[in-house]
Amino acid sequence: MLSTSPAFKENAHKAIADVGLQKALTRTKPHFQGRRAKAVEALPEFERLREIGRDIKNHTLANLDFYLETWAGNVERAGGQVHWCATADDARAAVLGICERVGAKTVTKGKSMISEELGINEHLEQHGITPVETDLGEYILQLRREPPSHIIAPAFHLNREDWEESFRRAHTDLPADRVFRERRDILTEARAKLRARFLAADVGITGANFLIAETGSSVIVTNEGNGDLTQTLPRVHIVLASIEKMVPTLEDATNMLRLLARSATGQDFSVYTTFSTGVRREGDLDGPEEYHVILLDNGRSAMLGTEFQDMLRCIRCAACMNHCPVYGVVGGHAYGWVYPGPMGAVLTPTLIGIDQAGNLPNASTFCGKCESVCPVKIPLPKMMRHWREREFERHLTPGAVRTNLALWGFVARRPGLYRLATRIGAGVLGWLGRRRGRLSRFPFAGGWTAGRDLPTPEGETFFARYASEQRGKRGRA
Amino acid sequence: MLQASPRVALFVTCLVDLHRPTVGFAAIRLLEQAGCQVEVPRAQTCCGQPAYNSGDRETARDLARSILEAFGGYDYVVVPSGSCGGMLRHHLPTLFEDDPNLRARAEALAERTHELVSFLTDVMGLERVAGAASGTVTYHDSCSGLRELGIKAQPRRLLTGLGLTIKEMAEPEVCCGFGGTFCVKYPEISTRMVADKAADIAQSGAETLLAGDLGCLLNMAGRLKREGSAVKARHVAEVLAGMTGAVPPIGEAG
Repeated sequence: MLSTSPAFKENAHKAIADVGLQKALTRTKPHFQGRRAKAVEALPEFERLREIGRDIKNHTLANLDFYLETWAGNVERAGGQVHWCATADDARAAVLGICERVGAKTVTKGKSMISEELGINEHLEQHGITPVETDLGEYILQLRREPPSHIIAPAFHLNREDWEESFRRAHTDLPADRVFRERRDILTEARAKLRARFLAADVGITGANFLIAETGSSVIVTNEGNGDLTQTLPRVHIVLASIEKMVPTLEDATNMLRLLARSATGQDFSVYTTFSTGVRREGDLDGPEEYHVILLDNGRSAMLGTEFQDMLRCIRCAACMNHCPVYGVVGGHAYGWVYPGPMGAVLTPTLIGIDQAGNLPNASTFCGKCESVCPVKIPLPKMMRHWREREFERHLTPGAVRTNLALWGFVARRPGLYRLATRIGAGVLGWLGRRRGRLSRFPFAGGWTAGRDLPTPEGETFFARYASEQRGKRGRA
Repeated sequence: MLQASPRVALFVTCLVDLHRPTVGFAAIRLLEQAGCQVEVPRAQTCCGQPAYNSGDRETARDLARSILEAFGGYDYVVVPSGSCGGMLRHHLPTLFEDDPNLRARAEALAERTHELVSFLTDVMGLERVAGAASGTVTYHDSCSGLRELGIKAQPRRLLTGLGLTIKEMAEPEVCCGFGGTFCVKYPEISTRMVADKAADIAQSGAETLLAGDLGCLLNMAGRLKREGSAVKARHVAEVLAGMTGAVPPIGEAG
């Protein structure tokens, strides 16, 4: 996927002016924040569970080589195959290789962010294979040829009128005068359309919410059941998973699942939670003949042992973006690549480079709300700051910012000079604002005054006034 | 052990120094009323957040080192800002990870550092401050104060004790969009955020907006004034110290 992250500001500008998007974003509060709050309130041990989740992930990351090998051995014992892919190119080639070997024409797909990271749909299409998204949100995005704007609700930026319009345009075989009364009508139409595709598919591709080392299983959670049809009906099941999805045991997976649904959608548990282990055994009622896991690194192992390791705890629940005031204003597309919001601001620079994604860790007020809702307690603001440090070290910080910082730093290191500079600054600004106490326009602060007035200082600095008061006291003494 | 009359160093903060000295004097009055001996170390400038949050660790470290020099030897360091307080309490020690000596000094300083209002209530054990006031106020929970320092109930308790009525916003804990350099780097997003905040302030129906951080207050007051709102914005210390007569509300002329 081509990144538009360098154009974050322009993207944000368009997003703020987009009436439909702004309408869709108003749903964030009731839909995500409200439901999560209720779910958390109903589970007294939720805070303890967050610590458990953090510790499970930390332990796994500290022993990742061991768990990856254990897991891979168990996958193979269950008749599956692991494809170790260092890069996105490797992963695309592995998926295409499997599809071509089995002569696949149609590939059904469950929701997967790794799929977006790989741009797998475009790759398959270029090779004459038809990918069919079966998650309702992903399905409509495929019709509209748009990327997801959210990691669990990919079409969150759309409103019902957009859905209707896209369905009428795409499903021209259905009566034009049909009426969509509620969300269910849209779902029913999509289900009818997808049924034939499920049955025709040669390969099913899903993501994985977790990989379990002790059993070699992959786990997916869905609310529509599309993932199950994707992975059980075709002869071949391909799982796309990155290395940090690992947890040691089934017990650990259960703890993580308790955190995941509550943090994501405020559900106690997702409607469908499915464990897949290897191929269909003799006597099994269903299951694939081939089970492949595309295990993707794509820069993640390089985060181990660095200040960004904690990011690998992420379980992709989207709580950070659901509670982020910046995401709430600009939506997901503005971030310009696969992963939006605070988790994207930390992860994206790893995957596409800080030179490309420099805007993302900067577009944060460090309000800390993301960290406070993260189910595995990732210190997201701290890691965004680390990216700013890397940017500064590599001289990627914009020149004007560096110059201003250097000038300010020079003065702030010298209290005497600083006193003089602030006295002049406060005096001038105070004088300019003497009539109204504020300015509507001010050079060098155009961004500020475009949307708000600039309150002006009292006029005398604290230190000047304090010094004269102290002199006065001494004089009286 | 709480001494009868602890020696407190006031960390004025650069915004209070430059913009609203009355807040500094209000802090001194409140601390003295609580029985502290207040001193104002002369060698202070800024807590270093602009550099620290822009990735310039070297400048942040230099400033942190001079803070360690200027603020050593006091019983407490008190800051009329949750943001600068959070910087000194939580972030300063992380600047010296490779220097055990300075790190230990920074940790010792961090332990003695408190935001003004929470110092009065949580350390000095104040239940109420002197004086009385009337009217309706709404309180914005600044992000660092709330999430790094746990300041939420303390200012409300003291304000109610003065006789003020608190009319809460629907979302007092949502960021106002200031974010230090954020408002300069991404003014359009920042403006949208503060516009939402101003709408929430307006619907609270309160006459006065209070907060413990001047940065957030300049942002919110600037937006309220741009919209022609009659809501007055003030730092909580001015109200608690009974010094509202000493200075007009933020963004208004005397």
